[in-house]
Amino acid sequence: MSAAICIQQVSKSFGSTRALDGIDLEVQQGEFFGLLGPNGAGKTTLISALAGLVRPDAGSLRVMGHDVQADYRAARRVLGVVPQELVFDPFFTVRESLKIQSGYFGIGDNDKWIDEILENLGLTSKANANMRMLSGGMKRRVLVAQALVHRPPVIVLDEPTAGVDVELRQTLWHFIRRLNEAGHTIVLTTHYLEEAENLCTRIAMLKAGRLVALDTTANLLRRFSVHSLRLRTRGAMPAELTRGGAENGGWWSLPFDGFDEVEPLLAKIRAAGCSIDDLEIGKPDLEEVFVRVMQGPQAEPVN
Amino acid sequence: MRYGGFSTLLYKEVLRFWKVASQTVAAPVLTALLYLLIFSHVLEGHVQVHGVPYAAFLIPGLVMMSVLQNAFANTSSSLIQSKVTGNIVFVLLPPISYLEFFAAYVLAAVVRGLVVGTGVLLATFWFAPLTFAEPWWILIFALMGGAILGSLGVIAGIWADKFDQLAAFQNFLIMPLTFLSGVFYSINSLPPFWQQVSHWNPVFYMIDGFRHGFFGVSDASPWLSLAVAGACLALLAMITLNLLKRGYKLRA
Ligand SMILES: Nc1ncnc2c1ncn2[C@@H]1O[C@H](COP(=O)(O)OP(=O)(O)OP(=O)(O)O)[C@@H](O)[C@H]1O
Ligand SMILES: [Mg+2]
Repeated sequence: MSAAICIQQVSKSFGSTRALDGIDLEVQQGEFFGLLGPNGAGKTTLISALAGLVRPDAGSLRVMGHDVQADYRAARRVLGVVPQELVFDPFFTVRESLKIQSGYFGIGDNDKWIDEILENLGLTSKANANMRMLSGGMKRRVLVAQALVHRPPVIVLDEPTAGVDVELRQTLWHFIRRLNEAGHTIVLTTHYLEEAENLCTRIAMLKAGRLVALDTTANLLRRFSVHSLRLRTRGAMPAELTRGGAENGGWWSLPFDGFDEVEPLLAKIRAAGCSIDDLEIGKPDLEEVFVRVMQGPQAEPVN
Repeated sequence: MRYGGFSTLLYKEVLRFWKVASQTVAAPVLTALLYLLIFSHVLEGHVQVHGVPYAAFLIPGLVMMSVLQNAFANTSSSLIQSKVTGNIVFVLLPPISYLEFFAAYVLAAVVRGLVVGTGVLLATFWFAPLTFAEPWWILIFALMGGAILGSLGVIAGIWADKFDQLAAFQNFLIMPLTFLSGVFYSINSLPPFWQQVSHWNPVFYMIDGFRHGFFGVSDASPWLSLAVAGACLALLAMITLNLLKRGYKLRA
């Protein structure tokens, strides 16, 4: 079985900007994969190279085993891309847009599937509305729908939830999860790290065109993030504890590895004559992982 | 209809201009009608060309000019709009080859040209005794002229990054070429120098050949005009296909 996505040694420069710098990445069929990185890291460029919108200077990309240049027809037929930019064709209605998009993929009678997509994305009532008349979030839904008309086995979503309300996020993720369960491979970029943490089983992090982390979400959380005791106190905290912790807006954050460390920590605080006003336990989260990875040395060993 | 990249793209391009037919069809027909009314009113009775009354001479010229300008407008404005708004990705993501892309856009331009040309003909042929001496020339030159300008429109639409660049292309190339091509006069009535210049204008041959289909007489031989138009089409198609194949300004 070929990998859903196979990226080998891909580099791309725009003038003096090195947008992609020797990327190697494989996504297996059926994965729910997260592609993270700060603005300008190269996520969209990588997706564009996969979709044939950008021609890499070096390296090769394959989708379901099909080279995106040599075998572009097959590669594009198995790939659905939701672009990051909110684009639409103002001449057509929602349904016309979807029918035309189906036709581009050689699908004539697609009404049943189009209806199902519309239903699942909460677009049924807008089916005959002109694209110009839709709100931003509605246009975003149509972009998702357009990427799905040909039932692509590999679906890539470039920040699909930017500017989208809570309700759509939930319906969107519900739908995408179902597609994933049905066997579709999903690749997602997002700046909402909670979203990635909840959805993605494996995550790659890009920084300045390089892959700086690649692991399962669980491993990343374990490796880079720890539990922390967060508390607000009255009185001076013992210096021995504050050295390892951090203060932010009156809250102290003290890292710990195992829960049996909590009691001794609290005891020390009490012994120092500090009283605790408020207390909570912080779980490891992807945001912390992200920050640490991005602050870390460039050459984080990957592969 | 067999669904596929080519036929859907053609359908979409035709639907696009048809949805705004008042701008893309009715307006150019009205413009041509105004030209006819003004010029034929001023010159009628004073001028005969090739032995036909001026208005009759003028009509085929106006029809062909409309075919050419609208074919160019169709591809160029569609492409620049798609590029500026970004929805060009909808045709770049699917498995559509550059040949299909070229054929669909150019054929839609030909359709637009023929629709407008027919409209101009229907609106104007009441005004003068028009004959259809060798009608196949009419069809051949309309088709070729539409394809040539449609192809030029693809080049302009791909090359231009902004609307004003496209306007410059239109104002400094397309308009002079079409206006200085014998739409309004026979080039035999020009001073020798300008006759020479006109013979270097390929649009002259398209209009002259087209007009030959109506009257059976023309400034140049229709076969020469056909050869010139054929060479133009071949050259422009080659250039356009090469740009599309390389993904020039479409695929970074
Ligand atoms: N067409 C282009 N021309 C010139 N530079 C480009 C082009 N596309 C991208 N870049 C540059 O390449 C780098 C990577 O951009 P890219 O859009 O891939 O980042 P990203 O990770 O998607 O960022 P974001 O999270 O903001 O979407 C940036 O420095 C960007 O300025
Ligand atoms: Mg991006």
